[in-house]
Amino acid sequence: MKNVIPFHQTVLFVVVALLGVGCKTVEPWQRRTLSDMTMRSDRDPAGQGLSEHLWFSREAASGGRGIGGGGCGCN
Amino acid sequence: MNTSQLNPASRRHFLQSLIGLGATALTTNSLFAGVKIGDPLPDLSTLGLEGSIPDIRDKVVHLDFWASWCVPCKQSFPILDVLHKSYASKGYLLIGICMDEKKADMDRFLKRNPISFPILRDAQEKLANQLKPLGMPTSYFVAPDGRLHSVHPKFEGDTTRRAYIAIIEDLLKSVKV
Repeated sequence: MKNVIPFHQTVLFVVVALLGVGCKTVEPWQRRTLSDMTMRSDRDPAGQGLSEHLWFSREAASGGRGIGGGGCGCN
Repeated sequence: MNTSQLNPASRRHFLQSLIGLGATALTTNSLFAGVKIGDPLPDLSTLGLEGSIPDIRDKVVHLDFWASWCVPCKQSFPILDVLHKSYASKGYLLIGICMDEKKADMDRFLKRNPISFPILRDAQEKLANQLKPLGMPTSYFVAPDGRLHSVHPKFEGDTTRRAYIAIIEDLLKSVKV
């Protein structure tokens, strides 16, 4: 019996393969834009402080975003 | 995954997917390894580097990949300059390989951070694509026989300085005076 691959599966395979080819590795020496200050999540100390304050007020937890802190809820 | 449990059509689709993923990985160039330890350094004169290429024969060559946007590179420059001044007369040659896309960025950086060692700009990224530095900065030491001795990603202040001095002094022992 001849085993025929359904047309829609072939199309899906080709589309996924073509999209995959579009993937590009950013080499370490090409990270000028990625290394910019504006790409950092902690670029705005005031905004980060506010977020932290809202977080521990709402969630009764603080810290845990990096070093130290365990969320005792005592502050 | 046991593919023998699949029916023939599904097994074929599974294999096709694997082939597709393999082809994708190859096209992203991530599987090609760079020059390995012990391999000869590529001929710098054939790589389209901008700048005057110094004579590297029978010298301990230190290639330092850097970029103007790289903060640790800026921190490393005064220390590298001292190394260059201390060991250049003994057969040590430090070459900075700039990876800036724009020459103007490099020139501005060098004006603010003057150094005495030669700089080449790898505008076509040919040398970087052969050596594949793991980050900025990355240093490569080449023995006087022209073979790659060691690779040092990152710059960690005095720890890195002491490591570089140990390598330089070790390699300088094999330089023919």
